[in-house]
Amino acid sequence: MHPIVRTVLQRLGLGLLTLFIVSIVIFSALEMLPGGFAEAILGQSATPETVAAFNKEIGLDRPAIVRYVEWIGGILQGDFGTSYAGAGGNIKRHVSDLIAPRLYNTFFLAIMAAVIAVPLALTLGVLAALYRNSLFDRIVNSVTLTTIALPEFFVAYVLMFFFAIKLRWFYSLSTVSESTTFLEHISRAALPAITLTLVIIAHMMRMTRAAIINLLASPYIEMAQLKGIPRRRVIVHHALPNAWAPIVTVVAFNLAYLVVGVVVVEVVFVYPGIGQMMVDAVSSRDMPVVQACALIFAATYILLNLSADIISIITNPRLLHPR
Amino acid sequence: MTAEAGDIRAIKARRGRIESAWRVLKTAPFSAWLGMIIIAIYVFCAVFAPWIAPYGEAEIVGNAYQPSSAEFWLGTDQIGRDIFSRLIYGARNTIGIALITTLLSFAIGGTLGVFAAIHRGGWLDQILSRLVDALMSIPTLIFALMLLAVFGKYIAALILILALLDSTRVFRLARATAINVVVMDYVEAARLRGEGLGWITMKEIVPNIMPPLVAEFGLRFCFVFLTISSLSFLGVGIQPPTADWGSMVAENKSLITYGNPTPLYPAAAIALLTVAVNFVVDWFLHRTSGLRDEH
Amino acid sequence: MTELENKLMMATKLAARGRVSRRDFVQLAIATGLTATAGNLLFAKALRAEPKKGGNLKLGLAHGATTDSLDPGLYYDQFTGTACWGTLSNSLTEIDSTGSAVPDLAESFEPSDGAKKWVFKLRNGATFHNGKPVTADDVVASIMHHRGADSKSAAKSLLEPVTSVTADGPNTVIFELTGGNADFPYIVSDYHIPIMPKKDDGTADWSSGIRTGPYILEKFEPGVTATFKKNPNYFKSDKGWFDTVETISIKDVTARTNALTSGETQYLHRADLKTLDLLKQNPNVVIFEVTGYGHYIFVMNVTQPPFDNPDVRNAIKYSVNREEILQKVFQGHGTVGNDNPIAPTVKFAIDPQPQHKYDPAKAKELLKKAGLDSLKVDLSVAEAAFTGATDSALLWQESAKAAGIDLNVIREPEDAYWDNVWLKKPFVASYWAGRPTCDWMFTTAYAADAAWNDTFWKNPRFNELLVAARAETDDAKRAAMYAEMQQLVHDDGGLINLVFNSFVDAHANNLAHGDVAANWPMDGMKIAERWWFAS
Repeated sequence: MHPIVRTVLQRLGLGLLTLFIVSIVIFSALEMLPGGFAEAILGQSATPETVAAFNKEIGLDRPAIVRYVEWIGGILQGDFGTSYAGAGGNIKRHVSDLIAPRLYNTFFLAIMAAVIAVPLALTLGVLAALYRNSLFDRIVNSVTLTTIALPEFFVAYVLMFFFAIKLRWFYSLSTVSESTTFLEHISRAALPAITLTLVIIAHMMRMTRAAIINLLASPYIEMAQLKGIPRRRVIVHHALPNAWAPIVTVVAFNLAYLVVGVVVVEVVFVYPGIGQMMVDAVSSRDMPVVQACALIFAATYILLNLSADIISIITNPRLLHPR
Repeated sequence: MTAEAGDIRAIKARRGRIESAWRVLKTAPFSAWLGMIIIAIYVFCAVFAPWIAPYGEAEIVGNAYQPSSAEFWLGTDQIGRDIFSRLIYGARNTIGIALITTLLSFAIGGTLGVFAAIHRGGWLDQILSRLVDALMSIPTLIFALMLLAVFGKYIAALILILALLDSTRVFRLARATAINVVVMDYVEAARLRGEGLGWITMKEIVPNIMPPLVAEFGLRFCFVFLTISSLSFLGVGIQPPTADWGSMVAENKSLITYGNPTPLYPAAAIALLTVAVNFVVDWFLHRTSGLRDEH
Repeated sequence: MTELENKLMMATKLAARGRVSRRDFVQLAIATGLTATAGNLLFAKALRAEPKKGGNLKLGLAHGATTDSLDPGLYYDQFTGTACWGTLSNSLTEIDSTGSAVPDLAESFEPSDGAKKWVFKLRNGATFHNGKPVTADDVVASIMHHRGADSKSAAKSLLEPVTSVTADGPNTVIFELTGGNADFPYIVSDYHIPIMPKKDDGTADWSSGIRTGPYILEKFEPGVTATFKKNPNYFKSDKGWFDTVETISIKDVTARTNALTSGETQYLHRADLKTLDLLKQNPNVVIFEVTGYGHYIFVMNVTQPPFDNPDVRNAIKYSVNREEILQKVFQGHGTVGNDNPIAPTVKFAIDPQPQHKYDPAKAKELLKKAGLDSLKVDLSVAEAAFTGATDSALLWQESAKAAGIDLNVIREPEDAYWDNVWLKKPFVASYWAGRPTCDWMFTTAYAADAAWNDTFWKNPRFNELLVAARAETDDAKRAAMYAEMQQLVHDDGGLINLVFNSFVDAHANNLAHGDVAANWPMDGMKIAERWWFAS
């Protein structure tokens, strides 16, 4: 497995480079945004003096480059810095303390949704390919397409209307805290997880189906069929292994989406995840928090894609043993 | 060769194309036909909106939230505009914006993706891949919010930002699929035959990566409405009084909890179009895959 | 008194203690000859009459951000206002249901020297949550928290006129002001100025969350929730009835409504006006509407053409159909504005004449007077200014056409609206939460040198009157001066006051309350102190 280990190391190195690029992109975007932390926090009641006092206290009166270098210096020593909010008091809000509970919540929800969505999508995809153009295929296709064709918040509200207000099976509010028990956390996060499942399932299911169907035209599949191997066996044992590359890529996309893209669902269900925190931090220009969130998102994304690529390589002998 | 002979050849070629297109269409299954008819109706609405719609796009014609009646087929919205008319105008804006955005993102992402796959491991591939990784690993919605705050709220800016952010996904898929194709024997064979890079790309690689890309196109196209809808849920989006379905759902979202159908109309319009587009895409996918086993 | 009436009276007393059901009560009322509706009303009134202890109050608030802080200088909106001030803290004074400033932590206050000097006596027996008694030193430290060169407090400009604040013994605090201000007790009722314990280094301890209020802070997760438990030693024995209070930040209005209707919260802050009629049909929900001082406005920068011409300003004022906007956008929840920033319920408010009604002919005439046939202006709006700003502007755009005014409505990004657009663009949508006194409102937004003078209006006569009225202690003279000032803003200013908005909230029908204050939503943001569960 020597080439794979080398690939992994190489990709991890490149991942660090990506993180570095992300931090620059985010920092520049934040710098380009009009207004600063003080203006955002004081809102309509900002006066030039209070803004100046604020900026001096959190060091925003210094040039951007200096602030960036300082921040990245801290990161290299594992210090994510302190949030601008609450600066100046005797209690510093360390970014890592702010983010840790939110990160836990985000991963909790993502894993919960993934555990439901991924097996379901793959099964449905294989079945749809197996019985393609049958009534089953059409129904699964139309239903999943409809669920993703509706705006996320629309799906969320409809679920909330039926399951929280009419039937009262689940909570309409998903506010969880550190004192929430594991089981309560699951029931509180149920509706968001179902919403997310509906949102991501179609993409994965359709890619599974498309990738398998695409392979069915290959000579070796035709050969297998001519040999008289049952269709089910052809698909599961011959087509699926070779279809992993595009499927895994799409699954990685969607898993990443579960972590980084759920801000709308968080808003609707008032789930204290990291997406909402990043939006808040962007609108208040709280640079250390925005950067930390962005880096976490980026790292998640990079690791998921690295796994997807490794799986692609393992499942494709041509890539595994390049000439 | 005389000009006349050239003309005849052109006419023949054209007729041939139309005929063959018709021949292909005749083989299309019911779902594809349904999809195409729906799309045709949508396009018709989009093109002829000012003639079909009973009222103007931003015209205030009644009181707020009038129920549906002979006068206002689907009722009126929060400030008394005719919802039916806004839906029709919405077709024009929504489809127009989504189409331009998606085409742009595929032009950028697809080209670069194939390019990167061919030069896999080269420095250009490395730079592109790093940049795309960086852009993709930033949450799209949040990044779009930031960029829109920086670059203003014009439709052109919205389209460009969404296209650019979307193109990263296309790049990634195009590259991943193309890499699998590039290592295929027939590409190898073409290379050994001494075919030019352009020829290999156009004749061997592009046709073979089309199916997943087309499937992606269908989905991406529909995702554009949804992104616009989410953006307008979070407070940015299209300039009013322009009607677009995404914003129309977001504006009336609170009615859902009371079982009022107003937000359902634009949502259904989006859903129907998505299903229709993907029916057609499925058929295309099926056709290009060269499967012959179901007749 | 008949026997039935006697029974009814007894039942009323029992109902007040929650001992009789609504059904039994109404039956009894019908037997005495009342209608069922009247019986229901009587029951509700009986419930109100006597507050009851107990229950867990959960408030669903429209505000709150992850950057929220316990630092009162940075209390940003009604989340921190309700949670960290109304529930947790007290100021020296508070605004009561009649709109007057009354003692809160102070026991009494006295002006002297033409209202230039104010003496506040503190209550005996008030303690902080850690058991320490409240002294004058704590008050001084709390006030000083907002002052000084490096202060970041939103109350800094409010306390600018204070030259010195000193403790005179443990129970007396003396404020010296630069000029006379008859309204000073209103100023110290502000929610940015709670009293906090003094630390050993002389500064106020804001970060521990130890205050004097009816509830003790248990947990504060900025942007998510704040939870409180009852303060058993609260200095008012007749306030603070709940066992626990939780304030939850739910920014999305639909989610907030669902939280109320599904019973997860008992109070809905900022109901959705569009669907209010539908919410009303829910038998478990009571719509709660209070007309406050807040107003939705459009402001013109009077130093920029074409707004530098008073005739153009007035033409624009006559081109807006406020009545239509009030009905269509705000569903009638509010009062039509008349380009006067002083709400009708504020002391000394007048209704300036002529009324600025929709009058396209008059607008045209004024434009002509200014030498214009038509006018094209850009109007910047965003929902960040006020909910409904975009729809209001679109309606205005239609109605202004008849006056020959072409309004180009530009929807600005919500994000950073107050930094980018307000005070920067010449014609924008804006919002003032209003102030409880004429002086406070005028000083904040209409004085020539005010930092937030968003119309850039500098009227010498107005500014002269502002200083004179502030120190005037004779009410009749004050009234005359404030009347003239309101007329000036109305006739000459750059303000287009669209409507005085109502605070439209909703709550579960088992929540009860007395007369409510109108200075802020949620009973002056003191709902946790003042309200109770009836059953």
